[in-house]
Amino acid sequence: MTTALSPQTVAARINEEHPGAATGFDDGYVQLELDSLVDVMRLLKDTPDLDFAFLTAITGVDYVEYFELIYHLLSLRHNHSVALKARCYGRDEPTAPSLTQLWQGAELQEREIWDLLGVRFEGHPNMKRILLWEGFPGHPLRRDFV
Amino acid sequence: MAIRTEPVTINLGPQHPSTHGVFRLRVTFDGEVVLDVEPVIGYMHRGSEKLAESRTYVQIVTLTDRMDWLASMSNNLAYVRTVEKLAGIEVPERGMYLRVISAELQRIASHLMATGFLVNDLGAFATPLMYCFRERERILDMFEMLCGARITLSYMRPGGVFQDAPDDFWDALAVFLRDMPQYVDDLEGLVTGNEIVLARTRNVGVLDAEKAINCSITGPMLRASGVQWDLRKADPYEIYDRLDFDVPIGSVGDTFDRYLVRIQEMRESLRIIEQCVAGLPGGPVRASAPNFIRPPEGDAYAAVEGPKGELGFYLVSDRGIAPYRCKVRSPSFINLSALREMTVGWKMGDLIVIFGSIDIVLGEVDR
Repeated sequence: MTTALSPQTVAARINEEHPGAATGFDDGYVQLELDSLVDVMRLLKDTPDLDFAFLTAITGVDYVEYFELIYHLLSLRHNHSVALKARCYGRDEPTAPSLTQLWQGAELQEREIWDLLGVRFEGHPNMKRILLWEGFPGHPLRRDFV
Repeated sequence: MAIRTEPVTINLGPQHPSTHGVFRLRVTFDGEVVLDVEPVIGYMHRGSEKLAESRTYVQIVTLTDRMDWLASMSNNLAYVRTVEKLAGIEVPERGMYLRVISAELQRIASHLMATGFLVNDLGAFATPLMYCFRERERILDMFEMLCGARITLSYMRPGGVFQDAPDDFWDALAVFLRDMPQYVDDLEGLVTGNEIVLARTRNVGVLDAEKAINCSITGPMLRASGVQWDLRKADPYEIYDRLDFDVPIGSVGDTFDRYLVRIQEMRESLRIIEQCVAGLPGGPVRASAPNFIRPPEGDAYAAVEGPKGELGFYLVSDRGIAPYRCKVRSPSFINLSALREMTVGWKMGDLIVIFGSIDIVLGEVDR
């Protein structure tokens, strides 16, 4: 069985290295500060006993006051997983740091989130729409899209 | 004297026989050698995730059929498992057995198509493909007995399956299980040792394990690269922890390994189905879940090992009859991440074959 690491332990580990980066833990998720996202992910990926080398999925959800980004990470070696959440505020052009420098698998997924939810990823090598065409009005998965 | 060459950019598709759907590859060639590849997708985007936000939890099952139409059962299973996790619904034993049997039949059907079209792309026009279609047809006939549909099945429901299997189904399944091992041998005899196949696929489009993991590759593609990772073993769901089966892996990560892993997985699926038939319990096939499910507030992610890789759903509930958000982690879409790594430096003809070995379905890429 894949063990889900306790968010409390993971949050403590993160805060040891990057104080204040993990702001909380509840319902099986670690809450992260958006600014330190890349550093935290690098820590999770490169620490041998955590070894989160596999990025399962990136999800975006529009909660109207903020956009939530959910990262599901997996370690194939230790067979354990963790899920992290980060909030992204603003509706005009919300931005989040891109994880493409760590995982190539993030490239298409981040483009999809930009396309459908309108969260821009800074540092992405090719931040273009992917499912819809350039010039499509709006981002359909937002709650205020008709 | 050196001949001056100039890179040329060509659009492969959206209407091209090798893409098996509407898919465009923007390829830059130097002569015949691929310099750069960019997939252009979205021709079939139907907004399934948006549509799901205005459908009830049970209605969404029909949307999942239309994502990967070569593996509707697996899509159904991934979705209903997420709903069950979110709403805390228990599935009766017989329901789980029927779900595993149909999901494994679907895996065989999907791998048959992957293999058939790969060999078709190699230039073995139609003959091996028709062999694959013939056997797949028998699986579709059995699905028709289960639920009346052949492609868009909607056989599963949160809490179990829609109805118990009729007697005809078990007879047909017994015949199928008797004939199929010989058939897989026949297919292998046609393809595996063939010199042209070996020359065209061995060491072509190699994807090493580290790169595959970095690109979030799952399914037969990951296993062909030598990573023993199968959700049925690593994180057993339904009844897979009680079943005895092996996870075949490749050694090189080339196109040939990806083909061979699929062939071996068909044999393992047959073993799984045999064990399920032998141990099939009686009892109900569906838990009494309401038609309008209102899961408690919260979110859930659940995934299954689909024929193409990890197929996961992420659902957010706000206590309404429709999900607040329904996200699909589709293996076809994410497996495209490694396309550039695998194809740059190869020739035009190899590009088609490498692309075919990824095994994507455009309905799932575009959703």
